[in-house]
Amino acid sequence: MLLFTLKRLGYAVLVAITVSIVTFTLLRLSGDPAAAMAGEGASEEDIEFVRKSYGFDKPLPEQYWNWATNALQGDLGISVYLKEKPVAEIIVERAPVTMKLGFFALSFALLLSIPLGVLAAMKPNTLIDRVALTIAVFGQAMPSFFFGLTLIFIFAVTYRIFPSSGSSTWVHFVLPSIALGYYATPQIMRLTRAGMIEVLSSDYIRTARAKGLRTYIVLFKHALRNAIIPVVSLSAAQLGFMLGGSVVIESIFTLNGLGRLAWQSIQRSDFEVMQAIVLTIACFYIIFNLLADLLNAYLDPRIRVH
Amino acid sequence: MAISSSPDSLPSAEEVLEPSPGAILRKRMLGDWGVMIGGGFMLLLLFVAVAAPLLTWHDPLEQDLLNRYVKPVWHESGTWDHPFGTDKFGRDYYSRIIYGARVSLMIGFAVMLISGVIGTVMGIAAGYFGGRVDMFVTFLINTRLAMPVVLIALAVIALIGSSLEVVILVLGFLLWERFALVMRSSTQQVRSLDYVAAAEAAGCTTFRILTTEIMPNVMNNLIVVATLEVAHAILLEAALSFLGLGVQPPEPSWGLMIAEGKGDMLFKPWVIAIPGVALFLMLLAINLLGDGIRDVTAPESRN
Repeated sequence: MLLFTLKRLGYAVLVAITVSIVTFTLLRLSGDPAAAMAGEGASEEDIEFVRKSYGFDKPLPEQYWNWATNALQGDLGISVYLKEKPVAEIIVERAPVTMKLGFFALSFALLLSIPLGVLAAMKPNTLIDRVALTIAVFGQAMPSFFFGLTLIFIFAVTYRIFPSSGSSTWVHFVLPSIALGYYATPQIMRLTRAGMIEVLSSDYIRTARAKGLRTYIVLFKHALRNAIIPVVSLSAAQLGFMLGGSVVIESIFTLNGLGRLAWQSIQRSDFEVMQAIVLTIACFYIIFNLLADLLNAYLDPRIRVH
Repeated sequence: MAISSSPDSLPSAEEVLEPSPGAILRKRMLGDWGVMIGGGFMLLLLFVAVAAPLLTWHDPLEQDLLNRYVKPVWHESGTWDHPFGTDKFGRDYYSRIIYGARVSLMIGFAVMLISGVIGTVMGIAAGYFGGRVDMFVTFLINTRLAMPVVLIALAVIALIGSSLEVVILVLGFLLWERFALVMRSSTQQVRSLDYVAAAEAAGCTTFRILTTEIMPNVMNNLIVVATLEVAHAILLEAALSFLGLGVQPPEPSWGLMIAEGKGDMLFKPWVIAIPGVALFLMLLAINLLGDGIRDVTAPESRN
C-alpha cells in the first residue's frame, strides 16, 4: 500500500507540473499579456513598463521557472485590478465558496443518482429502469446555464422559495448546487446501474440470498459496496469538473467564488489571477483523483497490485 | 426445362442466404427508437441549417427598432410574420433561431473533426503499440483531464480575441480526450484478435494493419464518440457564447441569444426559453442518436 501510494503521488505531481507548464505556455502564447494588462489605449511606454515589471520580456522557460518557484513558496503574484492584493490571498478568500458549491453539487448528484441506479438495476428493463434512463438522457441534453436560469425563474422569481443570488447561508446554495450537480447524475447513475447489475449476478450474492439474508442487507451491505468502487473514481473526476464548470453557474447566481472571479479576471485582463485560478482548480482535480485512487485501493485490494 | 418453366417457385437469394451483417445492422437501426427519433430530428436540423435562407423571410441581423419585443405567435398579440417574436433590437427571433442552428452545427462538426483526428491517432497508437507509447498517451490524457476546459478556453479566447475560427480551433484542440480514451480501449480489444496476428504473420506493414484491420473494427465506437462529441462541442460553444467569449454579436448563436435575453427574462421569459429549448432539443437529438447507435452496434455495452 505504501509503494502504491508513493507511485500514485509521484504520478500526480508529474501531472500537476505538466499541467502548469502547458497552461502557462498556452496563456503566454495566446496574446500579449503586457498589452492586455496595460489596457486599451495604453501607450507603447506603458506596455513596455508592464512588460518589464512583470518580467514578460524574459524568455519563456525563465518566466516559468520564476513563476513556479514563487508559486511553490505561496507567492502567486499580485492582482493588477484588485489594488495590488496578493493573488494567493484572493484565492484563499474565494475558494471556500466554490468548494462548498462543488461538494453540495456532488452530494445532490450522488443522492439522486445512486438510489436511481440501484432501483434501475434491481428491476432492469421495467418502468423504473426506463424512467431512470429517460432522466439520464434528458439530463445530459440540458445546458447547465439554461437550467440555472430556468431554476431562478421558477423557484426564485415565480415562487420565491429560494434566493437567486448570494452565498451567505446554505439556502443560497440550493439552486446553484442543483444546476451544477444534475449534469453529473446521468453518468453516475449509469455506472451504478451497470455495476449493480454485474454484482447482483455474482456467486456471492446468490450465496448471501441463499443464506436467507434480507434483501436490503444483500443490496446495501454486499452488493452496493462492490458496485460503488468505480463510482468513487467517477465522483472525484466529476467534482473536479464541477469546480471548472463553476465559472458558468457562479456567474449566473452571482456567487463570489473562484469561478466568478475567473470570469471577472478574464474580462479585466487580470492575468496573474486568471492563471492562478486555472492552476488551483487543476490541482484540486488532481488531488481529488489521487484521493479516489487511494480510497479505491483501500476498498479493493486487487487494485494495489497493478 | 424445369428451371425455365417455373422460375417463381425458386426461393430468392435473400431467402436462401443468411442476411449480411450490414443488413442486420440496418434492420436493427430501423427498429431502434433512439436512432430513429434522434436521427430523424438531426436530419431535420441539418436540412434547416442548410436551407436556412429558404425557410426564413427576415434577415437575422436586420434591426427594426419600431418592432421590439413582438410576442411569439402563441400570444394573443403574436403574428405569423414573426412566429417567435422579436428581440430587444427588433430582430426576428425565428430567423435567428434558424441561423443559430447553422452556427451550432457548424461549430459542433468542425470541433468534432479536429478533436476526432487528434484523439483517434493518439488512442489507436496507444492501443496498438502499447508499452511506452501507451504510457505517454495515458499521461497526456490525464494531463488534459486535469485542465479545466471552460476556464482555459475562456482565457485563451479572451487573449487571442474571439471569432468563430478561434472558438473552433480552441475547442478542437481541447476536446480530444474522449476520442483518445475510447479509441485506446477499442484498439486494445481488437489488437489481441487472431486476424490481427494473421496480418502480422503475413508480413503486412503496420500502416496497413492499422488502416485495414484495426480501423474498420473500431469504426462503430468511433462513430458513437464522434456523435456524442458533436453535442459536447455545441454545449461548450453555447456556454462560451453565453459568457460573452464565444460567437460574437450580432451573429445569431443560441448561447448568445440566452445571454442577451437574460436581463428581460422576468417579464419576457420566451426570449430565453426559445433558444434554450432549441439548444436542449438539438442536444437531446444528438445524444439519442449517439446512444442509439451504441445500442445497435454494441448491445453488450448498453450498460
